[in-house]
Amino acid sequence: MTTAPANQKTADMARPDERDYVWTLNFGPQHPATHTTLRLVLKLDGERVIDAMPDIGYLHSGFEKLGEHLDYNQYVTITDRMNYISPMANNVAWHHAVEKLMGIEITPRCRYLRTIVAELARISDHLLATGAMGLDVGAFTFFLYAFYQREVINDVFETLCGARFTNSYTRTGGVSQDATPLVVEKIRAFLRGFPKTLQDMRQLLYRNRIFIDRMQGVGRLSREEAIASCASGPIARASGVTRDLRRDEPYLAYADFEFEVPCMTSGDCLARFLVRVAEMEESLKIVDQAVENLPSGPVNVGVDERTALPDKTQVYQSIEGTISHFELIMTNRGFEVPCNEVYGATEAPNGELGFYIVGDGSNVAYRARCRPPSFVHFALFPQLIRGHTLSDVVAVLGSLNIIAAELDR
Amino acid sequence: MIESAAVTDLAQRITDLRVDEFRGDVRVVLPSTELFAALEVLKQQHGFDLLVDMTCVDYALYRDATDRFGLVYLLANTQTNERLTVRTFLNEPQLVVRSVVALWPGANWLEREIWDMFGITFDGHPDHRRILLPQEFSAHPLRKDYPLQGRGERHHFPVITRGTPT
Repeated sequence: MTTAPANQKTADMARPDERDYVWTLNFGPQHPATHTTLRLVLKLDGERVIDAMPDIGYLHSGFEKLGEHLDYNQYVTITDRMNYISPMANNVAWHHAVEKLMGIEITPRCRYLRTIVAELARISDHLLATGAMGLDVGAFTFFLYAFYQREVINDVFETLCGARFTNSYTRTGGVSQDATPLVVEKIRAFLRGFPKTLQDMRQLLYRNRIFIDRMQGVGRLSREEAIASCASGPIARASGVTRDLRRDEPYLAYADFEFEVPCMTSGDCLARFLVRVAEMEESLKIVDQAVENLPSGPVNVGVDERTALPDKTQVYQSIEGTISHFELIMTNRGFEVPCNEVYGATEAPNGELGFYIVGDGSNVAYRARCRPPSFVHFALFPQLIRGHTLSDVVAVLGSLNIIAAELDR
Repeated sequence: MIESAAVTDLAQRITDLRVDEFRGDVRVVLPSTELFAALEVLKQQHGFDLLVDMTCVDYALYRDATDRFGLVYLLANTQTNERLTVRTFLNEPQLVVRSVVALWPGANWLEREIWDMFGITFDGHPDHRRILLPQEFSAHPLRKDYPLQGRGERHHFPVITRGTPT
């Protein structure tokens, strides 16, 4: 096959609107500012971005196909790896949908514990998102302040369930470990220390001229566009959509707590940054109320309901525990699942994270569709960046907080 | 009984509309020929302005299933927070529905993903390409008849070698 010489235009290129000085820049898939494995093809007119074409799929791992082969408890390990910035929120979302399908009512203590870990995960996710936003536009110190507090949260998770990062904390009908007094003490220590860091973070950037200039007015998204393009979470709320599932469709224990839903109307990168910082404060309030009012009692639903795996001491010391353990674990037994389909949604740090699960009576979901917020938000990227400069690409990318593992699944 | 003005209105427009409720989710099932018109009515007249998600289910191995594919549209109303699930069934060889990108621009990538994974064609889609898998991929892997063992699709992919271009 012969190709045309570089100076000879093909029929396709000779369109009258084709400008010779427009050139194409490949951005990613391995680039420090993409943070994860995603690729952009940018059309540039000098410094100005005329168009952007996202090219995704580099991290596609078939998570939805795996969901059709792993049982309802095993699949929680896969959800850890979707949005690996806040795995706890994904665990809670998955089992929220599973329990909706099976019709399981979890215990009050479990509801509070899941609320606490989901809100800690939200703080941890927003710390990384805002920190990386600062890092990308040159505020490196800010990033270190944010990242230090993520370590504290990871320590809490390690004390709670033994894993810092890929927690796999929830189980059908409960959680893997109950919270010990040490965990509660560590959460209280975090609650005492974190407002100081939040104040430091505000003082570092809120009046920083360079930061404000790079964020304000960049990547504007109007309210109508946000709704039409299915945006959710902090990105929609920064554009004036006041939708928050924690308040609008209270799940877990959110109905018991007082908190605000921070919203802005300008819809630019700065608004998305400020909404995330404000949400951390609200999450702090929720965790505080939940920890102080943590109900006592069992954390998992009873053994006789045969939905939650029994405690190991029960398995080893009582015949009922052994039987119900085998009833759930053996391949020809397992959960009682209706032949029906549900959509269970939670408000994850990045937006609405839901699972559409089709049950077929067996131990394994027939279809486990994940509604990934990053996937929906990354589709917005071309319209947000059009007309801005090349240096704004990282600002917009950071403000959308795209996690490629969740984007590609 | 389901009390929803939107569902009552849809039932008057579409004769063979099936309505049910499960765990608080209100769901309607309608023929694929009526799908676009119904979604348009729901969006323009009943305030279902948010397309939360759309997905597809392959019922090839599902017990007692009569249709091959099910398309699922999850709608929400941002004012009243009402949710509605709209489903339709498709069978080979008629695996084509009208694209809803005209109603919700955000459906663009969602429809591309369904084409990629299930091979449902969306009529009138502005950019009908695969999204997650390489363009050379020849199958739709979330279909239930996609083999789980074998050499995969790599023999379709172009081989890039260093050295003189041909």
